[in-house]
Order: sequence, then structure tokens, then C-alpha cells
Amino acid sequence: MAETAPSTSPISGASVRRGDRIFSGLSKGAGTLVLVIMAAIAAFLIWRSIPSLTSNTVNFFTYEGWAPDANPPAFGIAALAFGTLVASFIAMVLAVPVGIGIALFISLYAGRRLASSLAFVTDLLAAVPSIIFGLWGLQVLLPGSQGLQVWMNDYLSWTVVFRNTLDLYGKSLFLASLVLAIMILPTVAAVSREVIVQVPAGHKEAALALGATRWEMVKMAVFPFAKPGMISAAMLGLGRALGETIAVALILSAAFTINLHLTEPGGNTFAANIALKWNEAGGNGLSALVASGLVLFFLTLTVNMIARWIIARRAEFSGAN
Amino acid sequence: MATTVTQAAPAHSTLAGGTLPRWATPVLLGVAIALGYALNVTTGLAGWFGTTLVIGGIFILLQSGWSFRVEGRRHAVDRLATTLVYSTFIAAIVPLVSVLFTVLVKGLTVMSWTFLTYSMRNVSPRAEGGGVGHAIVGTLQQVGIAAAFAVPIGILAAIYLVEYGRGRLARWISFFVDVMTGIPSIVAGLFIFTAFVLGLGLERSGFAAALALAILMLPVIIRTTEEMLRIVPNDLREAAYALGVPKWRTVIKVVLPTALAGIVTGAMLAIARVAGETAPLLLTTFLTQSYNNNPFQGPQSSLPLFIWDQITSGTPASVDRAWGGALVLITIIMLFYITAKLLAARFAPKG
Repeated sequence: MAETAPSTSPISGASVRRGDRIFSGLSKGAGTLVLVIMAAIAAFLIWRSIPSLTSNTVNFFTYEGWAPDANPPAFGIAALAFGTLVASFIAMVLAVPVGIGIALFISLYAGRRLASSLAFVTDLLAAVPSIIFGLWGLQVLLPGSQGLQVWMNDYLSWTVVFRNTLDLYGKSLFLASLVLAIMILPTVAAVSREVIVQVPAGHKEAALALGATRWEMVKMAVFPFAKPGMISAAMLGLGRALGETIAVALILSAAFTINLHLTEPGGNTFAANIALKWNEAGGNGLSALVASGLVLFFLTLTVNMIARWIIARRAEFSGAN
Repeated sequence: MATTVTQAAPAHSTLAGGTLPRWATPVLLGVAIALGYALNVTTGLAGWFGTTLVIGGIFILLQSGWSFRVEGRRHAVDRLATTLVYSTFIAAIVPLVSVLFTVLVKGLTVMSWTFLTYSMRNVSPRAEGGGVGHAIVGTLQQVGIAAAFAVPIGILAAIYLVEYGRGRLARWISFFVDVMTGIPSIVAGLFIFTAFVLGLGLERSGFAAALALAILMLPVIIRTTEEMLRIVPNDLREAAYALGVPKWRTVIKVVLPTALAGIVTGAMLAIARVAGETAPLLLTTFLTQSYNNNPFQGPQSSLPLFIWDQITSGTPASVDRAWGGALVLITIIMLFYITAKLLAARFAPKG
């Protein structure tokens, strides 16, 4: 790696300083661009959502309906917020235990070969594009989960959420939640795994040496250490689910009412609504969609910032490493 | 549930009390499958999805009950946890295999040289035929432009974070790079639409789509490059400084070449990640059924948009084409992905 500067080249202090100044300025500019982009996203979305928000004749947050191009314009995000939060929350509840299980399997339970192949599989799962999950959900999971949904209606309808009054089992929030759960699984697994492998070997071996079973070792040595990381894994998964667009847009049959019966057709999310309404929207319609996108942006921003903050705090205070 | 068979029974001495026989797991699994099937017939629980869940539940109940009687509570709980952890393996494998298998089988039915090279021009949604040629061109151009923006900027930003950044600004940038990773792809599309189409008055085009993809790539590239630069040994930098090499030349001639393989891997993973993004393209380009080799002007198709269009057309012929498009897209992504992983394994820092 020897730097062979020819002896004839005039390297003076001034040229060195100029080169350093230019290069550090460039790289600083590239870094600052990240902040600029984040600020610009917020600024442009706010700027473009103002026209529709001021023309709106109903409460933006509580109205169930979407007619921004009608006269007078009336649109609200109540149903979108409900669908987004419910689908993402169910997806998180389903994916977090499974994701943590995968992380445990890879880092503690499986042999080395099996572990690395499963790690590869979860990575591949992350690489499958959203639209292919949507297509698969529509054509494979929808018919495949029909039986389960009918069964849940027959035996679990007292839970209200699994009751199906229409006897129609198709594109529903429940199905969207299942697909979302599969899609956020790699995120949850990868982040949990990162913290689980950081658990000091001494803690684990001490537990086993005291006669703990493997599960007791996990419970007493791994979980306490990895808990903050797992919480932020759950939140990062939630963040992904909140913003997931195309798979959900394909799987939901867009409706603008809040329906607690999750297996009935209907449901809608912020992102899916934007994708589905975009090309038919007029000027005010676009602005209204941007406004709903702004809500989604701040929602995911908040979730992600909390998740990152938890990780960062843990890194500062944990004594390990 | 097949993998639970491989689970090794923990070795117990006679001091530790009774243990389940080695054949317990396969036998219980067989019983569970039989019972689950019986329940399937009697309660009308149909579908592979529900039946699989119920078989899993029955297996867990039987195993826990038996283990509780023979081995005691602690070992029963341990077995339960082991079964659950192993079954998460299934939860990851089954969807992936199902997705890849379906894409392969259904995609191959329409696959041909014609399909890869023709466009959809003058092909009605109901008719068979047509192809993805125009979409492949669009995807390659858009992803290429996105990479041309995101890779150099991302590498420079990572250099700032590792080599120059100290203090508050660097901490903020580092934090927001992480936050930016979580930006929904549709928000990136909305931003480019509001900023470039509404703000600057440019038309919706392949270039606008590429900018949206670049925004999604940027944080991934910064993160992976940063990780790679951090593992470059400080000795190398110090050796260069000791020879009187200025800092910027040290970075360019010593640090970057050392980390190059890792940086290339990161860039390829980022490309694989954004190549399948659909939502931002939907907002920033118009769809076309014809070839358009100019990303700066006019509507341009791309593989994700092609698939979206064919699914929403909804005819049997178009859904077949959607699967064909999915096969092409996933092949391109997997090529990038696997090449990146092989590169990473080949050039992984030793020791």
C-alpha cells in the first residue's frame, strides 16, 4: 500500500491542505445531504398537503370516507389509520415471537451449518419484492387460508374479530396481516439476532453450569440482556409493516369504513390507499393523498426514531463489549 | 414439523431422572398428524394452513403432557420451548419455498425468448403473448441511474462518518441514516413527485423513478460502506500518514481499496433491495406497453409496474404474464443477491 509519490511532484503544505479541504468538504456535504433529504421530505409533503387540508369540509382525522375531488371535498383518514394500525399490529404480534424464535434458533439452537443456511433463507425472504408477496398472497395464501378463516368463524366467533357475518372470505385485513407478518419476519429476526449474539458467553455458560435447561438459560441469561434490542426489533418490524404498500394494496379490497370483523372483505391502509387512488386522483385528490402520506411519514418516523433511540441507549449503557 | 425429528435428546445420567425415549418425537409427530387429519375431517377444518397449525398444536400438547409426567416440569417446558423454536424454522422456510416454487412453476408456463424480448405493444390484456422486454429495459435503466446517484454519495457520506465526522453533526447524520432506512418506499415516491414533478415542473419519467429509488438506496449504502470502512485496520492509515501521505489521499488510495469488496457487496445488496420496489414507481412514472429506451422522457415501464399492471388487468392470460414477470424480476434480484453474497464470502476479512 506504499504511496509512491514521484520525487519531482511538488507536494507543498498548501496543496495538501487544499486537497484535504475539498475532500472533507465533499464528504461532509454528502453526509449533510441525508439531513437535507429528510427535512425536504417533511417540507414538501407539508407544502403540498396544505391546499387539500384547507379545502376539506370534514374532520381529517375522524371522517370515514375519501372524496377529495368531490364538491365539496370530504375526506378523512379514520378508516385508513384503523386499517394500517390493526394490520401492522397483528403482523407485529405474529412476527415478533417467530422472528425471535428464528434468531434463537440461528444463534443458540441449530448446528453451524443449519444455522448459516437458515440465516441465508431469512435473508432471501427479505430480498423477495413486495409485489411478489402480494401476488402470492392473492393467489396462494388467500385460497390456502380460507379453511382456517371459516373454522375461526365457526369456533372463535365470540372474539368478534374473527366473526364473519357475510360468509365471504376473501381480500381482508386478516389476510393482509398474515402477509405483512411474513414480510417483516426477516427484519425482526435479523435485528434480534444481532443482539442475541452479543450476549456474553460467560452469562450463558454460567447458567448452564448451574444446571439450567437450555430454555432456562435463554430466559435467565439471554432475554434480560437482549430485551431492549428485541423491543426495537419489534418496533422496526412495525415500522416496515406500517409503510408496506403494494402487497397490501393487492390483498385488500379497499373500503373506507371501520370494520372490526377482520376476516370480512374490506380494510384499507395509508400506503395502499395512495397507490390505488393515485392515478385516478385530480389536483385536490393528489394533495389529499399527499396529506395522508404525511401522516404515514410522521408515524413511521416516530416509530423508527423510538426504536433507534432504544438501541442507541442500550449501546451506551450496557457494560458488554 | 419434519425438522423436529433431528432434535437431539439431551443426555441424562440416571441421576437426573427419567427421560423420554428417543423415538418419542417421531411417534408423537405421527400421532399428531393423524389426529389433525381426523379433526380436519370431523370439524370441517379445511385448508393446508389451518390443518398445519392444528397438527403443530396437538404435537405440542402431547409432547408436553408426556414429558411432564416422565421428566418433570422444567424439562417439559424446555422441550416445549425447543419445539417452538424449531417450528419457527418452518415458519421461515414454508413461505419462502412456497413463494419461490409458485413463481417458478407459474412463471415457467409463459417463459420463452419471445416473452423476454417482446413488449406488450398491441397485445390486449385478454390475449396471450406479449412480453417483458420493455420492462426489463426500464428496470435496468432506472436501477442503474439510481445506483449512479446513490453509490458515490453514499460512499462519500460513509467516509465522512468514519474518517472525518466528530461531534454533533456526525451523530445526527448517523441517527438519521438509520431512521431513513425505515422510510416507507411510497413516501419516497411522494417526495419525488411533490419536489420534482409539482415543484420543478418536470414530467413523470423513468428518471424521476430512479431518483425515488436512489433515496431508498442511500441509507443502505451508507450503512454497509460505513461498516466496511470501520474494519479497515488503523495501522494502514497510520502507516500512510507516517509516510507523509495527506489524509484525503490515504482515504482514496489506502482505505477505500482495502474495503472495496465489502463496498461492492453492499451496493449490490442495495440494488437488489430497490429493484423490486413498486410503490415509488407507481407515483413517479406513467406506465407504457411499449419500449422506451429514454428514461428522461415519456412513460417508461419496469418489471414491478409490469407485474402490477398485469395483476390488476385480472384476466387469466395477464395473470400468467404477471407470474412470468415475477420470475424475471426475482431472477434478476437473486442474481445480484447471490453474487453479492459470494463476493462477501470470497473477500471476507480473515481473522
